[in-house]
Amino acid sequence: MIRAAIQNVAGWVAAHPVTSFVVFFAVFPFLVPYQSLATQVLIYGLFALGFNLLYGYTGLLSFGHAAYYGLGAYGTGIALAKLKVTSLWLALGVGLVTAVVGGALIGFFCLRRRGIYFAMLTLAFAQMLYFIAFHAADLTGGDDGLRGIPLHPLTLPGLSLSLRTPLAFYFFAYALIVLAVAGLRRILDSPFGAVLQAIRENSDRAVACGYDINRIKLLSFVFSALFTGLAGSLDALRLTVVPVESLYWTTSGQVVIMTLLGGAGTFFGPFVGAATFLILADRLSLIIEAWPIVIGVIFMAFVLFLPRGLWGTLTSPGVQR
Amino acid sequence: MFDVPLSALAAQVFTGLVLGGIYVLMAIGLSLIFGLMTVVNFAHGSFYMLGAYVAFSVIGLTKSFWAALILAPLVVGALGLLVERFLIRRLYGRGPDDPLLLTFGLSLAMVEGAKVLWGKIGLQVDPPRQLAAPVDLGFMNFPVYRLFVIAVTAAVLLALWLFLEKTNVGLIIRAGSRDALMVRALGLDLNRVWLLVFGIGIAMAGLAGVLAGPMRGVYAEMGVEIIIDSFVVVVVGGMGSLAGAIVAGLIMGEIVSLTTFFAPKLAELIIFIVMAFVLLVRPSGLFGEAGLAE
Repeated sequence: MIRAAIQNVAGWVAAHPVTSFVVFFAVFPFLVPYQSLATQVLIYGLFALGFNLLYGYTGLLSFGHAAYYGLGAYGTGIALAKLKVTSLWLALGVGLVTAVVGGALIGFFCLRRRGIYFAMLTLAFAQMLYFIAFHAADLTGGDDGLRGIPLHPLTLPGLSLSLRTPLAFYFFAYALIVLAVAGLRRILDSPFGAVLQAIRENSDRAVACGYDINRIKLLSFVFSALFTGLAGSLDALRLTVVPVESLYWTTSGQVVIMTLLGGAGTFFGPFVGAATFLILADRLSLIIEAWPIVIGVIFMAFVLFLPRGLWGTLTSPGVQR
Repeated sequence: MFDVPLSALAAQVFTGLVLGGIYVLMAIGLSLIFGLMTVVNFAHGSFYMLGAYVAFSVIGLTKSFWAALILAPLVVGALGLLVERFLIRRLYGRGPDDPLLLTFGLSLAMVEGAKVLWGKIGLQVDPPRQLAAPVDLGFMNFPVYRLFVIAVTAAVLLALWLFLEKTNVGLIIRAGSRDALMVRALGLDLNRVWLLVFGIGIAMAGLAGVLAGPMRGVYAEMGVEIIIDSFVVVVVGGMGSLAGAIVAGLIMGEIVSLTTFFAPKLAELIIFIVMAFVLLVRPSGLFGEAGLAE
């Protein structure tokens, strides 16, 4: 009875993804213990969504998504703190361009190899960026992180809004992320999105069908870097500082964990996973200091026993991967 | 161009050889495990870290580095057997991403576990008394412990080569990495062979950790630092190729060591630059076969 009801709701949500997203996240900040946690869930959900486009839908496991997240964050942060850009939109644009250019370059190299090599290469390139940011202290603040990012008011034609309250910032991020979610839905529903999933299922067959899969994979990589970079840019504004760890492999690891907890290759999995991870980490850290052990063990259990993740299992329980 | 004393340069070349030896011990284990069962063991570095910590504890109990040198790789290797038997074995037949993800979770838990067991502050391990003094090589002084590390690495590689080339089990392992299905069809139990190979690879990572401890200190994140370097070595050498792991390991050790000497700021970056270059010119790595297990 209850199970059927849950599945009905999940089924409706899966059928109307963007509407569901808009409705749910409009009330979400009032459901969690504090509003900044809601913003964090939204931003990390977007980060995981970018990762999921590449892993869940194209079948390419990146272990270096910290790179595009960090590039977005540093791009926006440096524009505001060092280049003294006063327009929030321009600063966001700089972050996105940085992430996309980085994604295109790194993607070009990494896509020369497939499978497991690809995962290792993405990891290596992300670490390379970490060391660059670490040593280029004049630009990035090095070990101390990039500090002093001013949060300018948001300017739209005819009005100017302050983002200084947590709720105002939440809805600013919400508006942009709704656009991103609608954009992703549009990409996945397009013929291009169908080819991505064809590559995931059987790349040889996609080649045989006449698709230039290297070009399509690179395009998917760049779109993934775009979504991820937007998450990084927003997080730089949320924190008004870019810690150098945002480029570290642990950040890449976190987004892998979130996506798999929620369900790779499902539309809402990344947001479900981000919420689960962040709320779990928030609560666990109050109880035990070594909470990453618990997260590590839960993650292993998911890989072994629940590879479809929470959302994947909920929406199509009987299907085995 | 660079006005440096020859002896300092020679010392740096030797240091590169030592670092290369550690890379080789790590990369061979990774490559062996990958070549046989297409498992990329992300936790390989964490077993290296564990080897160093177990050695620290054994030295504390027995006051003997030599006991640690023997015991720590055995303990770590035994743990590796358990991991293969109870975790990784469940994933054979799924895609190669799943073992990578599983061992990533394992690695996360191990790093935090080490902090709980041995504390968050790095520990120091002294080299054995007999090897503490520097030795005069005629043109320079060099810590004798580092020469010992080179010797141990060479001995282990020789033993591994003899094992793979001259024993029946070695033959099965080589055959299994060529064509597992055919080996099974001949009625051989590959599960036991995979278990053994996983244990050997992990024990070598543990040994590398024991050897590295006195030179680089013992801390929880040491494994993650080495695993990324080792991945790069394996990619450059060609995945699954043991010769590639040895050659690439030694080359990378020298490159890192010499860069540390001439351009310290580039030291952490250089291996990635070399990797990018190798990928452009020879995507399958120095000794890799194109298309292997992709």
